[in-house]
Amino acid sequence: MLEYLVSAEFYQIMLFYVYSFILLGAAMAVVTMRNSIYSALFLILSFFSAAALWLLLEAEFLALTLVLVYVGAVMVLFLFVIMMLDIKVKPNKGMSSYTKVGLFVALLMLVEMMMLLGKKLIPALPQDDLVKHIKGHSNVKEVAESLYTQYVLPFELASVILLVAIVAAILLTLRKRKDYNHVKPESQVHVKATNNRMRVVKMEAEKGNDIGGDS
Amino acid sequence: MSLVHYLILAGILFVISIAGIFINRRNVLILLMSIELMLLAVNINFIAFSSYLNDVQGQVFVFFILTVAAAEAAIGLAILVVIFRKRKSLEIDKLSELKG
Repeated sequence: MLEYLVSAEFYQIMLFYVYSFILLGAAMAVVTMRNSIYSALFLILSFFSAAALWLLLEAEFLALTLVLVYVGAVMVLFLFVIMMLDIKVKPNKGMSSYTKVGLFVALLMLVEMMMLLGKKLIPALPQDDLVKHIKGHSNVKEVAESLYTQYVLPFELASVILLVAIVAAILLTLRKRKDYNHVKPESQVHVKATNNRMRVVKMEAEKGNDIGGDS
Repeated sequence: MSLVHYLILAGILFVISIAGIFINRRNVLILLMSIELMLLAVNINFIAFSSYLNDVQGQVFVFFILTVAAAEAAIGLAILVVIFRKRKSLEIDKLSELKG
């Protein structure tokens, strides 16, 4: 018994439960907090716990990507928007009818999922424990081999999606200033060389003055 | 520790975020966060199956989901900023111009 308590398997199971409870608690806090800043911070906590769970599943590359991309970029964007907008939080008065319907729908979905996971499906799932990789096994290499050979076209398409997202986000939030003096390219293009590009002005020749000259 | 543990965890997480979408009538921001949580639950499922079946394709899919979710979050937040500039509030109940 004591041997089991100090074994690696028990430690892994304990870690799974600790991270799962933190993840679920943080998710509950995200949806129930009234202040959006707290919600965003709890969302960061839940992403962190999920990354730890992915490390337990030996998906190291994606765990690090989750922390880098989500905590480092997306959540900073969320916090930036929350702090930029002046959101007035009104006190919630009791449970609305939406809340009751929502809890009912959520519980029903949970029951449905658990029914799916019932006696029939569980024996069909892979039963043996997690595939333990040997020391020196590289998850990054494994993912990269699949990503750059079989899935190279979707990978390129993903970069196009990111480009579209950049353009769309900038275009949506771009605000034109009213006092902005800008050049109109279309009127520049339509200038004709003969009529309105060059104008010959007749005027008398200047007489040179002596001020400032040497001679 | 088996795959079923992870599936139940992801199921509960998904249900919590579904409830969050219904509960939040005050703030579009928290609605976006709930969507992120739903995607996280889906990703946990993908990675659990990928690890237990020893097949790396699930992880590749998670990579794509992360990319699309990042793009979605950026565009969603941009739309939200535009809505806030127009109406000075983020209440979902008041966004009813289309009368759906």
